[in-house]
Amino acid sequence: MNGRTLRGKVAVAGIGETTYYKHGQAPDPEFKLALMAILRAAEDAGIDPREIDGFASYSNDRNDPSRLAAALGIRELRFANMQWGGGGGGGAAAVGNAAAAVATGMADCVVVFRALAQGQFARFGQGPRARTIDGDMAFQAPYGLMSPGQRYAMKVMRFMHDHGVRQEALRAIAMASYHHAQANPRAVMNGRPLTEADYDASRWIVEPFHLFDCCMENDGAAALILVPAERAKDLPHKPSYLLSAVTGSDYRCAAPSHNAPNYASASFASVAPHLYEMAQLGPGDVDVLQSYENFTGGVLMSLVEHGFFPPEEANDFLKPENLYAPGGRLPLNTSGGNLAECYMHGLELQLEAVRQIRGDSTAQVPDVDVSMVIAGPMVTPVSSCIFGSEATL
Amino acid sequence: MTAPHYLPEGLPIPVPENDGLSRPYWEGTRRGELWIQKCKDCGTWQWGPEWICHSCRSFEIEWLQVEGKGRIFSWERVWHPVHPALKEHGPYIVVLVELPAAGNVRMIGNLLGDPRQEVPIGAAVEAVFESHDDTDPPYTLVQWRRVDDS
Repeated sequence: MNGRTLRGKVAVAGIGETTYYKHGQAPDPEFKLALMAILRAAEDAGIDPREIDGFASYSNDRNDPSRLAAALGIRELRFANMQWGGGGGGGAAAVGNAAAAVATGMADCVVVFRALAQGQFARFGQGPRARTIDGDMAFQAPYGLMSPGQRYAMKVMRFMHDHGVRQEALRAIAMASYHHAQANPRAVMNGRPLTEADYDASRWIVEPFHLFDCCMENDGAAALILVPAERAKDLPHKPSYLLSAVTGSDYRCAAPSHNAPNYASASFASVAPHLYEMAQLGPGDVDVLQSYENFTGGVLMSLVEHGFFPPEEANDFLKPENLYAPGGRLPLNTSGGNLAECYMHGLELQLEAVRQIRGDSTAQVPDVDVSMVIAGPMVTPVSSCIFGSEATL
Repeated sequence: MTAPHYLPEGLPIPVPENDGLSRPYWEGTRRGELWIQKCKDCGTWQWGPEWICHSCRSFEIEWLQVEGKGRIFSWERVWHPVHPALKEHGPYIVVLVELPAAGNVRMIGNLLGDPRQEVPIGAAVEAVFESHDDTDPPYTLVQWRRVDDS
């Protein structure tokens, strides 16, 4: 590897989020939610919010960085970055973009944030309402292929067919999120446990996805603050050092009309090797994993493509006991994730990865040194990142 | 052959882009024909349409008529409606069909017949042209139905 790396140069100093709400139920407008999450992250970091000098987000977040800077009375804005792409695939990339700015001296204190108020704005899981449609969607929408779930179900169906993956493997992923949410008072599904029988009896949304294979849609905001590694050491919390962050997709992944050569894929095949190369770690070193569940089938393929198990072992690996904190082989989505904590477009997963390093998750895994996040699978460009404790440096 | 409509009316009407990229396809379906792209220089089949060949980067792309015969590459059965036109309608089946005679390019359609039928990946299908003559503008969808595998 050459000398160009983010490894260990930047750390998360603070995290913050609003109350998480069911979609359309936030009492505050989206911009105010964003401000609240950013201020909480600054308070958590012990940093005066006026010191923030950059913003990074993804999925065309509507909360403009110049408006944020003016509203917060920020002295000087030095970095404003939007990761291209229309979904949660950019969550770890936004962290990487912010970290790149901090590591190279473009900025000193960059906030990564995401805010959603779907009562104020449109929901994701609805089809287009236009009278006519053109481009790639013209080959899809007239056939009733419109929502993200419908767009991705055929990838998962083919993957399950190719490798003999059973529905129980998807169920285990849903069980892990709901199990962990029961310990998390922030979680929208806290107090709403899920049994295997509940899962099996739940209605199909689009085969192979039951209701509980699909993420929620929520209102709220989340934010984290990145500073240079040396500064993080002097701040109140144990730093979470960014060991690696990568983004991208493989060959002709977005070929129109579902013509991606590597079709049955979460789109991490080319991305994941770069993740481990920069981190100088392998999947066996990961203590705890947050993996974006737009749909459980995306988690299945994400885990395979990040090398946690070969596809032929999916049925054996993806069992609830292997995925539960604290003692499972690979504790997964320990806050409840997009299925059961909050669909904050996966930024809540980044916050949880930091909590696991700090040791204050509500489903804490003992002695976490390596805490990994995989952002939205299939939503290209995809991204993933790894945080480490000081011991990993 | 033509067919009655598989899904209710009211879904978005497909039209060519304002740069006309997919116009030969949509004009072909109105005649009951399936037209897709092939590179004149390197012979690579390409679908959906693009202005350049992804294999050799030639702009010399031609449209050729192909036989509407394929195999099911993947599928899904949709139960939850995400569009008002589909409320109270369901389930329905979407298939991804690959065309072995055209470089295994893939096309999306509905699988005609019982919406609760079993859908074997790899099964042979043929194109069925579904005309929507009373919309503005009129259009024709390419649908698929299972045929004898032999």
